[in-house]
Amino acid sequence: MPAEIYLNVAVSGLLTGLVYGLMALGLSVIFGVVRVVNFAHGEMMTLAMYLAVVLFSAFKLDPLLMMVPIAAVLFVLGYALQMGLINPFITRPEHSQFMLLVAIAIILVNGLLIVFGPDARSVQTSYAYDSFAVGPLIVDATKTYAGLAAIAVAAALFAFFRFAPLGKAIRACADNYTGALVVGLDVKRLYALTFGLGAACVGAAGAMLVLIIDVTPQLGPAYTLLAFVIVITGGLGSMPGALVGGVLIGMTEAMAGLLFTPSAKSMFAFAILVLVLLFRPQGILGKQLS
Amino acid sequence: MRSLLLDGVSRRVWIALGVTLAVLLIAPLIVNDYLLTILILILYFAYTAQAWNIMMGFAGQLSLGHALYVGLGAYTTAALYVHFGLSPWLGLPVAVIVSALTGACIGFLAFRFRVAGVYFAILTIAFAEFARIGFDHFGWVNGSSGLFLPVANYTQSDLWNLRGKPVMFYYVLLFFTVAALALCHALLRSRAGYFWQAIREDEEAARSLGIDTFRYKMYAVVLSAGMTSVAGVFFAFYYNNLFPEQVFSISRSVELILAPVIGGVGTLIGPIVGAFLLTGLAEVIWEFLNAFGFDPPGAKQVFYGICLLFVVVLLPDGVWPPLSRALGLAERPDAPDDKPEA
Amino acid sequence: MKRHTNMTRRRLLAGAAATTTFLAAPTIVRAQGGALKVGVLLPRSGVQASIGQDCQRGADLSVSLLKSLGYPDITLMNADTETNVDVARTRAEKLIADGAQLLVGAFDSGQSTAIAQVAEQKGIPFVINIAAAPPITEQGYKFVFRNFPTAPMILGDAFANQKELFEAAGAAPKTVVFMHVNDTFGMAMKGGIGAVMPKFNMPYQIVEQISYDPAARDLSVELAKAKATGAEALMVVSRLNDAILLTREMVKQRWSPMAVLSMGPGWYEDQYLKTLGKLADGPLSFVPWFDPNKKLSKQLEAALAKAHPDINLNTNHVYTFEALLVAADAFKRAKSTDPKALADAIRATDITDNVSPGPGIKFDAKGQNDKLKDSAIQNRGGKLVTVAPKVAANAKVEWPMKPYDKR
Repeated sequence: MPAEIYLNVAVSGLLTGLVYGLMALGLSVIFGVVRVVNFAHGEMMTLAMYLAVVLFSAFKLDPLLMMVPIAAVLFVLGYALQMGLINPFITRPEHSQFMLLVAIAIILVNGLLIVFGPDARSVQTSYAYDSFAVGPLIVDATKTYAGLAAIAVAAALFAFFRFAPLGKAIRACADNYTGALVVGLDVKRLYALTFGLGAACVGAAGAMLVLIIDVTPQLGPAYTLLAFVIVITGGLGSMPGALVGGVLIGMTEAMAGLLFTPSAKSMFAFAILVLVLLFRPQGILGKQLS
Repeated sequence: MRSLLLDGVSRRVWIALGVTLAVLLIAPLIVNDYLLTILILILYFAYTAQAWNIMMGFAGQLSLGHALYVGLGAYTTAALYVHFGLSPWLGLPVAVIVSALTGACIGFLAFRFRVAGVYFAILTIAFAEFARIGFDHFGWVNGSSGLFLPVANYTQSDLWNLRGKPVMFYYVLLFFTVAALALCHALLRSRAGYFWQAIREDEEAARSLGIDTFRYKMYAVVLSAGMTSVAGVFFAFYYNNLFPEQVFSISRSVELILAPVIGGVGTLIGPIVGAFLLTGLAEVIWEFLNAFGFDPPGAKQVFYGICLLFVVVLLPDGVWPPLSRALGLAERPDAPDDKPEA
Repeated sequence: MKRHTNMTRRRLLAGAAATTTFLAAPTIVRAQGGALKVGVLLPRSGVQASIGQDCQRGADLSVSLLKSLGYPDITLMNADTETNVDVARTRAEKLIADGAQLLVGAFDSGQSTAIAQVAEQKGIPFVINIAAAPPITEQGYKFVFRNFPTAPMILGDAFANQKELFEAAGAAPKTVVFMHVNDTFGMAMKGGIGAVMPKFNMPYQIVEQISYDPAARDLSVELAKAKATGAEALMVVSRLNDAILLTREMVKQRWSPMAVLSMGPGWYEDQYLKTLGKLADGPLSFVPWFDPNKKLSKQLEAALAKAHPDINLNTNHVYTFEALLVAADAFKRAKSTDPKALADAIRATDITDNVSPGPGIKFDAKGQNDKLKDSAIQNRGGKLVTVAPKVAANAKVEWPMKPYDKR
């Protein structure tokens, strides 16, 4: 094989990994604070992708520009979901939370099937087939835009949690639930805000991913699983961890596909997950488990 | 042993169980083939639900990858039958050993390295997915091309080779379901059962009481994995074709979990009730939608999802605990498994 | 506590009401005059929803078309298998309990096998519309019929048609890279290649085989690998989503092979044409198709155009229609809805006025139509033309494929 293929594949894996990372970021934010694992994560992203498709086919609005409004819609949905349904489940056992979100996932997948039909939908932007040639390196344009946007969103989120008073309050809530109650924080509202933020992340990720892959109602479960793998690898609850996990999984799959048989490439992603769980259960960048 | 089986069961419960069993025993004589198929599905889910319940309901270890053990059981016996003509009853012990060993490996890794809760759940999914992709490339069982069992003599029932009519599978499954119920009942009243429940409620406290939590969690995983693989044997010989995509998929694992959670995790009867309710529910929704002439593909699943949502929101402990109280069949008011979780 | 009990009672009552319906259901009579009741089982939800619903279109327009051809009335009883073997089996039982006298379905090999067992036990004929796994008709079933080529048949015709095209074009690739999806169909085709290809003395060599996951989210690496082999043409067995992904990657990675030789679904499907626009032109698909020159093909095409103006006639519609054609034809000759008589009639099927290429529909002792022929089709301007075999062709091949950057 020519040498430049390694470089090409590595860059492609990096960019794809960044977008995966952004999607997983939402899961991580939610778990880090609310301590609920969102088993309907991929399905929520599918919903965002359909929003992007509808906005594009009806008004010719570019998904990259629509990222913010779509994220806003998902924020509202996430907020309502946490307020209305998930909040009583915070103190319930994990299997109960799992069942609730599985039910939501089933409704979402099949609701989308009824509304949009089974066929794959896509957006046809003017730059859909562009690529940049830098010497022997060929870089996919949409993946580059999506990867950059992923970094921007992650940075904004990071800044929010670090510097904004509301972000600090949410972090306080995550670190010490009782303490947060004592100092008079409205924990219920903060949880809903967090869930909304997580949903907004996955909304933004959906708007980007729709440029790269076509959306079908059945897309969700595979991405839910992918988000788990990434988040646990990077560290559940750690924001930079999600991006690092995304890049690691993206690169691993790309390299495994190149060096071994591509049909088994996800096996390598799972192998990394298992190794991380065994030797560093808190994830690469996760905080020590208590 | 005798006391393990008989203690803590009231007269009313015996009568209720007896009547139910009698009805199930004569059911094939009354119902048509369609209802028999439904009953087979119900028993299949009731059996796997009980096997899963040992791990989660008794010992508190959440597994979201139980399709792995069904698949291993199915592939082991089917491959032995196809390649060597080995009867499924002789393949069964091999399947149980293979599954139990796999469960032991996963449990050993997880518990040694203190992987717990959600992390443990994801680990089980990871292993199931690992197996799915692995079997896709496993030539001896035809990989993703699928393993087909020969079905030549379907007319007469051959119990030894599990080739035959649905009614034979029905009784085989009924036997296993009842046996599993008896086993679960005995286990809950055994020393291991009490230790499991202690671990489930508070593992740290259990350890400080001197319980070897590692060993008892291992018991739960191994037992649950081995029992689940028996369902795989049934699956392989009933459907006569196996595809990795179909047996190891996450949706399979989720399906297995629905019944015990809806019925009541940790209870004895709950998983069985859950299987009856959910499988029945799916058919009833289908029937209603059909009667109203409204059946866009996906509508049934949407209603199914809504029903799940309602149950899980309104009945946090599942259907069986409140139902058993209403029917006066509570499994012993002071039984530890019947207490709603804090 | 009291409130609780009441609620439980109410729930129980609701449950009891539901159970009554449930038990009474099989007795509801749905018969309509003397029509043949055909149960149509298709995966209309779940992962195969797209194909299942497409097949359903073929089934839905068959009823009136068959009637206009002078066949006796048939009534469809539709059921969704949800892309799940358990459901496929249960629905098959239900349809039979509700009075279905013949079953048609179910696109997928696993679900079709589950249904076949029910059909066999009940002695109800089951006509498979689409499913290519060879074992289905090797099981000694007496009531199972398949009017669809097996993987080795598809391969044999693919190579024969390729040679015909290479000759017509006066050019052929010397090297190809073979990419295939790692699922039932992909593996069956891969397995067949080793056995079938040497018989045809093909002008090209397969330089590398690349298999990929059916659930692949991204095929950039796979395509980069294929491109790096320097092969002149791409030979591929894929599904729809991966066909679109592969095409996009070819454009982005700036690789225009001399030809795309597809031996499976994806590259000719409507969704592919619609999504990719002018980039969809050029690929050749070697697949079970219809003979555009047959009279009935034109009628079927017209019926579809009337019902769904924006959809091209394809394999899904054709073979679902033909499965129902087999059913109606058997009913006409048997003059009875008795399943045994119907099965006997199907065994004696000899339909020459049909849609698929080849001499017609006739089943061998195993219930397989082994006389089926496949076609080579090419995408051209959002439409599909048949370029081989000559008897069933309506256009000449465009060779080589126009490079993606020159469109």
